[in-house]
Amino acid sequence: MSGASTPARPLVLRTIGLTKQFGGLVAVRDVDFEIPEGAIVSLIGPNGAGKTTMFNVIAGLSDPTSGLVEFLGQRMIARPERSWLEPVVWVVPAVVVWALSYAAWLAGLPLVLGQLLVLVGLGVLIATLITAVVRPPWYGLLLVRFGIFKSARPNEMVLAGIGRTFQNIRLFANMTALENVLVGMHGQLRANGLDAALRTARHNREEVQGRSEARRWLAYVGLRGREDELARNLPYGDQRRLEIARALASRPRLLLLDEPTAGMNPSETSTMTALFGKIRSELNLTILLIEHDMRVVMGVSDRVTVLDHGEKIAEGSPDEVRRDPRVIEAYLGKGSVA
Amino acid sequence: MIGKASPPAANPLRRTLRAIRDLASRLPQRHQSLTVIVGMAFVTAILPLVVLAPPLNGFGRQNDWLDGFANAGVFVLLAMGLNVVVGLAGLLDLGYAAFFAIGAYTYAYGASPFSGLDVPFWPMLLVGAAVAMVFGLLLGAPTLRLRGDYLAIVTLGFGEIVPVVFLNADTYTRGTNGISGVYQPVLPIVGNFGFGNPMPYYLTMAAIIAVAMILLYRLQDSRLGRAWMAIREDELAAASMGINTVTTKLLAFAIGASTSGLGGVFYASKLSVVSPDQFGFVISFTVLAMVVLGGMGNIWGVAVGAFVIYELQSQGLKQLNSFFGGLGLPPFHLGPLTVDLTSINFLEYQFLLYGLALVGMMLLRPEGLFPSRRRRAELRDEADAGAANEELVQA
Amino acid sequence: MDFGLLLQQTINALTIGAIYALIALGYTMVYGIIELINFAHGDVFMTGSFVTMWLLTTLGFQGTIKDPLTLAGVLALAFLVAMTVMGAVGVIIERFAYRPLRNAPRLAPLITAIGVSFILQNIVQSIWGPSPVSVPQIIDVQASFRVGGTPIRFLSIFIIVLAIALMVALQLFVGRTRLGRAMRSTAIDREAAQLMGVDINTTIALTFFIGSALAGAAGVVQGLYLGNTVFTAGFQAGLKAFTAAVLGGIGNTTGAALGGFVIGFIEVGSTYLGYTRWSEAVVFTILILVLVFRPTGLLGQQLAERA
Repeated sequence: MSGASTPARPLVLRTIGLTKQFGGLVAVRDVDFEIPEGAIVSLIGPNGAGKTTMFNVIAGLSDPTSGLVEFLGQRMIARPERSWLEPVVWVVPAVVVWALSYAAWLAGLPLVLGQLLVLVGLGVLIATLITAVVRPPWYGLLLVRFGIFKSARPNEMVLAGIGRTFQNIRLFANMTALENVLVGMHGQLRANGLDAALRTARHNREEVQGRSEARRWLAYVGLRGREDELARNLPYGDQRRLEIARALASRPRLLLLDEPTAGMNPSETSTMTALFGKIRSELNLTILLIEHDMRVVMGVSDRVTVLDHGEKIAEGSPDEVRRDPRVIEAYLGKGSVA
Repeated sequence: MIGKASPPAANPLRRTLRAIRDLASRLPQRHQSLTVIVGMAFVTAILPLVVLAPPLNGFGRQNDWLDGFANAGVFVLLAMGLNVVVGLAGLLDLGYAAFFAIGAYTYAYGASPFSGLDVPFWPMLLVGAAVAMVFGLLLGAPTLRLRGDYLAIVTLGFGEIVPVVFLNADTYTRGTNGISGVYQPVLPIVGNFGFGNPMPYYLTMAAIIAVAMILLYRLQDSRLGRAWMAIREDELAAASMGINTVTTKLLAFAIGASTSGLGGVFYASKLSVVSPDQFGFVISFTVLAMVVLGGMGNIWGVAVGAFVIYELQSQGLKQLNSFFGGLGLPPFHLGPLTVDLTSINFLEYQFLLYGLALVGMMLLRPEGLFPSRRRRAELRDEADAGAANEELVQA
Repeated sequence: MDFGLLLQQTINALTIGAIYALIALGYTMVYGIIELINFAHGDVFMTGSFVTMWLLTTLGFQGTIKDPLTLAGVLALAFLVAMTVMGAVGVIIERFAYRPLRNAPRLAPLITAIGVSFILQNIVQSIWGPSPVSVPQIIDVQASFRVGGTPIRFLSIFIIVLAIALMVALQLFVGRTRLGRAMRSTAIDREAAQLMGVDINTTIALTFFIGSALAGAAGVVQGLYLGNTVFTAGFQAGLKAFTAAVLGGIGNTTGAALGGFVIGFIEVGSTYLGYTRWSEAVVFTILILVLVFRPTGLLGQQLAERA
């Protein structure tokens, strides 16, 4: 199954045993999936195969039922949020017991009881420490509940270096093209409300530099001169480009493109495909593509992963995948393999 | 609209006009704070003179007018604060009066015989704003994680509960009587703040509004302001651009609450009394109507809208009553209805009018009476697109 | 607390809860189908109580009707009129205030909803005035039977039975009929339902009709139970009923009914303990707590959090 085409490059993204359930429905089942650096990897599959679910988990929109997402070697799911609080959790139960023993002493209860409670507290402390080392699942859930660990949200995924576009364009319709890109740069900029209110040097510098950088991104995707148009007034193809410019402005390491050529005519599609190649080679970006158009997928991808009914059924170079009987069966139905 | 090339000017006159218009539209962008200061100074200077001229002088003495203007200023401030929440960040806050009440009671505790404290007015402005902000954060932090409409109902409940608490916790608030004898501010240069002398209040309010307006304009044109607008447009996409939507929304909510609290401090100092019935849902509703009518997201539009609506409700409806009362028109018949204009109390109908206005605005003119240039452009482009589609169909 | 008192208070709680439950159903149905908090819904309930008052006084009834047959007839007429009129009002509101904004930003219909709420209140106020108006209590409030020495009012039993009957009827309608299926499918996925041939506009209008008719029924019940009504009655009742809907799990009709009864118990409980003035604050605190700790409510399924 697995093509031997995996280059020995470091991985940008890796999922291990990723599973996502909605009630009884398993949308994604136990998928191991890798994206090597600098590659264009496509995720394909028939409708309802779980592509979008995968995509949403990777983009931080939904938590997986089980499994891991690693980005640049870091776990992105259930990552520590306020990790300094975790040791507090280790000592709190013991401290409570010791407080009880002190209270017992104050209340004039037999000394033995207080001494016993001190020992119990010690036991509790040891037990919690062992739990913290073993880390059973409920311990993780407890930490999530206390806000010590939390799942990465979409905005944190962006800050970590994952940019994305949407299947049905989701621009900020009533903002200009330039403002859309500036919002994309949100994580790059630092000026806060106080900077803005006082018009500090940081704010002024960032506004000037940010605007010129945003203009460069617009020019890069071919929207020079469209800066001040409202996003909703742009033609369809330009809206797709603007979405890509907005995603690029967050300076991602990995770019997630959700059906970026949907609804485009052949000539628009081919310029768009050329843009992907340009982005990869010039910006040294890794791209994950969900796409229906097989010509796009086969033309531009280094690796293709095929999902069907939530399971990975094939993986490899476009040619290998094209010839794989299970892929043909998934797309054309059972019994069609000659 | 904006991006399209402008046609060549036909003659020198038009060219000159265009140049003036360009300058007028560029100036506020280049020197916004200066424009606000000059504009507010001009308005503040001209209003006391305007009311001396007929027909306005017939409706009241100058001091009465100034007193009304200072009250109107409170609502202008409230509307500008709510505009951040509703207009910029797209969150519906229906309990805005609660923060107003919290600010007012904070001042009443800080400076009245009831508490025995006498903290000066000026620091209390900030204290009131801060206390209201804390309550805003406490209310917003749990609810802003949820969908937007939950915020609407939670704030509605909060706005309902706060006056009830002030009413029922009578040991601490003197219940329905409220706290009276709240101290009025003192400032050497501006003069004596008092019931007979509204001018200092009027000037102070104008200054507060000018400062608030400058700050809000600066926030709007910043990374934070863009983040608010992005959340308003598409929250999920905003999160996917790296914006922490919860803290950003919370910040909008807190800024709105603190503006309201500041207004409350001023209001308490001016009336010298606070009681629970001053802060009912109708206040929240009125301010919302002001924001919607003025044009959501448009700071000066909202300010003008609030001022006009306040004056209409405090002066216009009253004048309408006395006008029709004075005419002595006989009742006339509209089919089965008998209309007696002399007996209609127009004040009674103001909330019906607000209700109709809200629905009508949302259906017919969602960009408000004073739309910002951008919103107008949207509207016009939609009309253009419609026309273009029709042409296509006909072709 | 002895058994008799407990029984009496339970009946009281169930009676009040039945009213909240009937209103909550409308909130939850509308939210389920178009994801809108219909702020005007409480005022539809209030208007329903005024329609009842108007009908009964116009027919010339002042107080208790002794003749059981007449009583049954008048009651049937009152419910028929109030439910039809309020259902129609609901449909009109949806048609003119919400439908044009179905694809507008979420804020727009919420603002119109608040506007409609004020319009209804002020129309009622301008017709019947701002002070409380008495509603003829055609069922004898005092009439009761005894359970182990504790008097139980017939009126309470009537209200509880009626509310439960209406809820069961609603469940059967939604669960068993073609129109009910259309409503459920529209709630789950409007576009898909449309593709399958469901008339979306009719289905949403029907939802508003049923929800508002139930609020109208609650209005009749409120008039009979309290014997008076006021133009602001809808606001607080609406807030409590919405809390009930959230408590039960918004979008879930069984949950709304359950939530209504729970709110009834809380209100009666706080009155019994001498905190009548704080019952609103308690209910509101519950709303916040539920939203924070269990936003899906007691019976709610996991809602897709569409940010």
